[in-house]
Amino acid sequence: MLDETNAKSMSIIVTKGTLDWAYPPFILATTAAAMGLNVTMFFTFYGLTLLKKDLKLKVNPLGNAAMEMPMAGGHMAMPNIMAALPGATALTTAMMKNMIKKKGVASIAELRDLAIEADVHMIGCQMTMDLFEYKPSDMIDNITIGGAATWVDTATGCDINLYI
Amino acid sequence: MADMVLDAKGLSCPLPILRAKKALKDLPTGATLEIQATDPGSVKDFEAFCRQTGNELVEHHMDDKVYVFTLRHTG
Repeated sequence: MLDETNAKSMSIIVTKGTLDWAYPPFILATTAAAMGLNVTMFFTFYGLTLLKKDLKLKVNPLGNAAMEMPMAGGHMAMPNIMAALPGATALTTAMMKNMIKKKGVASIAELRDLAIEADVHMIGCQMTMDLFEYKPSDMIDNITIGGAATWVDTATGCDINLYI
Repeated sequence: MADMVLDAKGLSCPLPILRAKKALKDLPTGATLEIQATDPGSVKDFEAFCRQTGNELVEHHMDDKVYVFTLRHTG
């Protein structure tokens, strides 16, 4: 079997655009592409922001009781009342970015570049573009703008379809 | 001695796989690639990568906390 002729394919619907949730779709897309699969990503709602030229990803633990940060040998969660304070998003984002760098985890910008390089097909949701008033010029080049039917058409031919 | 050595030490999933794929592209068929990684998940991942791509995992071993893989570009 040749690398380039692994005829399998995967599609991912990307609905979340925070710094943490940006990881699963890009990790899976780049890895599947490296394993020879044809990969399509459909970016809708908050996921669409991951196609913006200017990536300003943030994370906040508000309402996410499972989010713990390693601290002093243990793990600490931020109480909701603190996560709601001004500056909590900036603080948590800085902590997360610091951890990402320290642990040799790729940045989202890097993974997105690798996905583009690997010919991952990226579709931005037209309805979301209209709803949140994004212009095509806000988005990176080489993406397709399409709707639900575009994804359904792709997904019917895919071996793996994921919703993240 | 492998034809090419890839240092993927300190990198987390999926970077060792992505860098390996990139390196294999530049290697002729039959050539070997040695990958050095510290990600413990890379053991299972390189087995899976080779299964899917048809490249041969010639061998892997541990050398002082570093996972060393030898792949032959047959995919």
